[in-house]
Amino acid sequence: MTSIRLNSLSRSKQSLWLGLIIGSIVLLICLIYSIMLGARDIPLRIILESFTAFDRSFDHLVIQTVRLPRSLMAITVGAALAVSGALMQGLTRNPLAETGILGIESGGALAVVATLFLFGSSSVSVYASMAFLGAAIAAVSVYFLGTLGRGGATPLNLTVAGAAMTAFISSITTAILIVSQRTLEEIRFWLAGSLAGRDFDLFLQVLPFIVMGLLLAFLLGKQITTLNLGEDVAKTLGQKTTTVKLLAAISVVLLAGGSVAIAGPVGFVGLVVPHMVRFFIKTDYRWILPYSAIVGAILLIISDIATRVLLKPQELPLGVMTALVGAPVFVYLVKSKVKR
Amino acid sequence: MKEGLLIQSPVALLRVDRRLPALLLVLLLFNLAAIVLNVQQGEYAIATIDIIKTLLGIDTGNPDHAFIIYTLRLPRTLVACLVGITLALSGAIFQGLSRNPLADPSIIGINAGASLLAVSVIILFPSAPVYILPIAAFVGAALVSILIYSLAWKSGSSPTLLILIGIGLSAIATAFTSLMITFGSIYDVSQALVWLAGSVYGRSWEQFFPFLPWVILGVPIALSLSRHLNVLNLGDDIAKGLGSRVEWERGFLVLVAVALGGSAVATAGSISFVGLIAPHIGRQLVGANHQNLLPVTALLGGLLVTLADFIGRILFAPIELPCGVVTAAIGAPFFLYLLVRKRF
Repeated sequence: MTSIRLNSLSRSKQSLWLGLIIGSIVLLICLIYSIMLGARDIPLRIILESFTAFDRSFDHLVIQTVRLPRSLMAITVGAALAVSGALMQGLTRNPLAETGILGIESGGALAVVATLFLFGSSSVSVYASMAFLGAAIAAVSVYFLGTLGRGGATPLNLTVAGAAMTAFISSITTAILIVSQRTLEEIRFWLAGSLAGRDFDLFLQVLPFIVMGLLLAFLLGKQITTLNLGEDVAKTLGQKTTTVKLLAAISVVLLAGGSVAIAGPVGFVGLVVPHMVRFFIKTDYRWILPYSAIVGAILLIISDIATRVLLKPQELPLGVMTALVGAPVFVYLVKSKVKR
Repeated sequence: MKEGLLIQSPVALLRVDRRLPALLLVLLLFNLAAIVLNVQQGEYAIATIDIIKTLLGIDTGNPDHAFIIYTLRLPRTLVACLVGITLALSGAIFQGLSRNPLADPSIIGINAGASLLAVSVIILFPSAPVYILPIAAFVGAALVSILIYSLAWKSGSSPTLLILIGIGLSAIATAFTSLMITFGSIYDVSQALVWLAGSVYGRSWEQFFPFLPWVILGVPIALSLSRHLNVLNLGDDIAKGLGSRVEWERGFLVLVAVALGGSAVATAGSISFVGLIAPHIGRQLVGANHQNLLPVTALLGGLLVTLADFIGRILFAPIELPCGVVTAAIGAPFFLYLLVRKRF
């Protein structure tokens, strides 16, 4: 799992940049398709017109107020989840690390549900900050509990601690939802993880935090690469490992909390994407992280299109879609990557 | 890590504990007390003497008593107790077979598989009779067990792998279940949520009687297999050396555990962590010999779920918490405690 292969270094910088550019183009194409496809398909010409000559027609309104915001949210959430997953996998050297599996998303979800229950739905800003707080508390607790198990923060200990934490947190979330029918009505589609009818103001409010988290992650790329060789190696090379870990954890919480606030718990994106990226780039997190961002965005926007198109006009929750794709990958990774 | 995860069961301890009958009697009395407590308390409290009178068929002079006890509280309490017994036994068998003390059916995805098929039946065939549900849940649980067995168990039965694969399979089954409940009306979904969280709310004789045959058949079979479980628990090689037909016996034990767990899930939803907690407390009381452990675990499970239902009913009265929420709120920290204590 930590075998050091330096073939990423042999890949030229030019081809890596080229890959990022191609990825961005694919993402752009997906974005256009995401705006085009839906309960009612809209041709490309009208989409372009809605930007150049907005005339308040029905199609233009749908594009500008529904499809475009939703697609932008998909891209943001996908990038945030994938980068947070890659960061955690690098940081903990755990191929199974992901915000959903480690209970961080359920922590954010509980905080949001509890806020909604206690203060009602009017307070959008409280809602977002609580998601961050919940994610942070869950992340710290799971990591702490995982390190206490036999052999320290091994993949097994962290994953099992995360699963138990998730079970505990969701039992409290369920209890709140049962006690308050009103909260359930407002939140049940959100809890399944979805981008339908999301509040764009909330998105704009959370966006700066996610951008901060992404930038922080990209800046840490080099340090994470070193840290991934082992903490001792990193220390020998003169790295302040505690600082790096702390900064990476802050980035993870910003990304995970932000995406939970926008889309609810969307599992397995952060797990699958970094592994897909590592097929091409083995160990260099300076490149793994930005690639994860783009691949994550592409994956999530495609999943979101699928939720709308597969059972038209019925809409599937996004979290269900990603779990159906991601959970089998998880099982495969367990089979192939976990040392007994 | 592999040998560290074994449940130690030295052969010297493999005899029936002399304290066992007394212990079982005490646990049985506790169970009865919990049942009476659960029937007694509620929005309308009934005196203990009136409960006993009603159960013995003596008129208490208040016609409400018979209705409340026989129609509302007794069936759900009995369902809670039986569900606890079956879940605990199922957990103990899975733990013994996999030699993994964390192998609770609710953690390794077997309950999720049972839930998925039961929910599918409810939503796709709303007119299906109630007795179909345990069968559907049994099939779901069996399918997941086969998957887990072929993916994780067969190849050297690594306990690590078993749990992680179970978590993955659980996620897949849960995703399909969410898919099912997203399309229900808000009323159905609210009901389904209560059911999925594991609850005996509103369970009546209508659910009790389809469940009963599974208990009457499953529990004695499970108890009679405890000796085989002891042998298998020593490891495949030793078991073979002792003349055990390992594959056949293991298959049969899995079948029994799946039938017990699946029928419980079909009756009350997935009440998690009972199959984890009860065997652990049982091991503290009587050790690892399954001939002692299984009956003790069964009664502990019954006690646990009956009390969880009681707590769920009175904690936020008049609103009820499903007992599955109560067991998870207790069980998950307990699970983490086991992880931290390095007891495996």
